[in-house]
Amino acid sequence: MDIIATIEAEQIVRLAKEIPPFAPGDTVIVNVKVKEGERSRVQAYEGVCIARGGAGINESFTVRKISYGEGVERVFPVFSPNIESIKVVRRGKVRRAKLYYLRDRRGKSARIAEKQETVAERTARVEAKTAKKAKEKAAKLAAGK
Amino acid sequence: MRSGVIAQKVGMSRVFTDAGDHVPVTVLKIDGCQVVAHKTQDKNGYMALQLGIGRAKVKNVGKAERERFARAEVEPKLKLAEFPVVEDTFLPVGAEITADHFVPGQFVDVTGTTLGKGFAGPMKRWNFGGLRATHGVSLSHRSHGSTGGRQDPGKTFKNKKMAGHMGVDRVTTLNLRVVQTDVERGLVLVEGAVPGAAGGWIFIRDAVKKALPKDVPMPGKFRVKDAVVAAESNQEG
Repeated sequence: MDIIATIEAEQIVRLAKEIPPFAPGDTVIVNVKVKEGERSRVQAYEGVCIARGGAGINESFTVRKISYGEGVERVFPVFSPNIESIKVVRRGKVRRAKLYYLRDRRGKSARIAEKQETVAERTARVEAKTAKKAKEKAAKLAAGK
Repeated sequence: MRSGVIAQKVGMSRVFTDAGDHVPVTVLKIDGCQVVAHKTQDKNGYMALQLGIGRAKVKNVGKAERERFARAEVEPKLKLAEFPVVEDTFLPVGAEITADHFVPGQFVDVTGTTLGKGFAGPMKRWNFGGLRATHGVSLSHRSHGSTGGRQDPGKTFKNKKMAGHMGVDRVTTLNLRVVQTDVERGLVLVEGAVPGAAGGWIFIRDAVKKALPKDVPMPGKFRVKDAVVAAESNQEG
C-alpha cells in the first residue's frame, strides 16, 4: 500500500468512528457538535441523504432538509470529529446514487418511498441482532467471573 | 542556523485534529538523507553541509563522484544539495537526518520546482485581462495589448511581461506549519500545498521569518550508521 493510503487508513482506525451503513435516499439524524464560545453542545440535523461522495478518509455525504420552507443542504465529512453520531431513521427506495432531482421538487413529489425489507434481509438483521446480544451476554458473564 | 533537509514529495492528504477541524497536509518523505560532505571556511570560504538523498545506481555515478561517496562512507545519492550552517550546527559526515529534526507546530520554508505549464499566454502567465470579447476585436481575445511607447523610448523594455515558458521554476513557500512527524517511516506532514509534482525533490528549512521554537533539537536529530544518536548540543535555541 502506498504511504498516503497507509496513513489515511491508520487515521480512520484512530478516529474509531462507528458509522451505520446508509445510502442515498435514507433519512438520517446527524448529531453535530456545535461550539458556542467556551461550551460545546450537540445539535441534531435530520434530513434525507441525497449523495455520498469521495472515498476513504475523504468520504462525505450530503443531507438535505426543508427548514422553514427553505431547502437546506449540508455536506459532512464521514470521519469528521465534529459528528458525534449518525442515526438512520428510515431507509428509502431510490434508483440512483445522487438525488439532486429532489432540489427541483416540493411537497408530495419530493417524498421517497420506504424500502421494503426482503425476507432474507430481515432474517439476516434479526440474526445479527441476536448474535450481538448473545455476544454481549457472554462478555458480561466473562467480566463477572 | 540549523541545517535543512532534502525530502521527496509524496502527495497530499488531510488530518482530522482532536479539536475537530481538518487540516490539508502535504506528505514529505525523508528517507536516507545523509550528510555527504562539509564545506568549511578554511577550505571553501563558506560553511555549509552537503546532503544527499535517494539511491543512485553505481553504474550511473561518475568515477570521481563514486570516490567522494566512498570517502564519506555513504551510498551513492541521487540528489545532492547544500544547506548553509554555522559552526555549532555542523553534523558529522554520514549522519542520517531523521524526521524528528522538525517538531510539530514549528514553521518551515519549503522549496520545490513547480509543475511545467509549457508555453503559456499572458493571461495565464501574468494574470493579464486579455482584450474585449466584442467591439471589433478579432482573433486576439487572449493576447496582451501594447508592449511599449512610440518613438520615445523606441524600444520594448526588458522583462516586459509577455507570453512564454511557464512553470519548472524554483519556488519557495514560506511559513508552512509542521503538523506531524513520523520517524519510523521518515514522514513530515506540513500544512498546505508544496510546489512541485509528487515524487519531486523538496528542500525543507526552518522558517526564516518565524522564531524557532525552544524544543527543536540542536544542532539536529540524526542517526549515525545503525546506532541512533540524539545529538543535543550543550546550548539550546
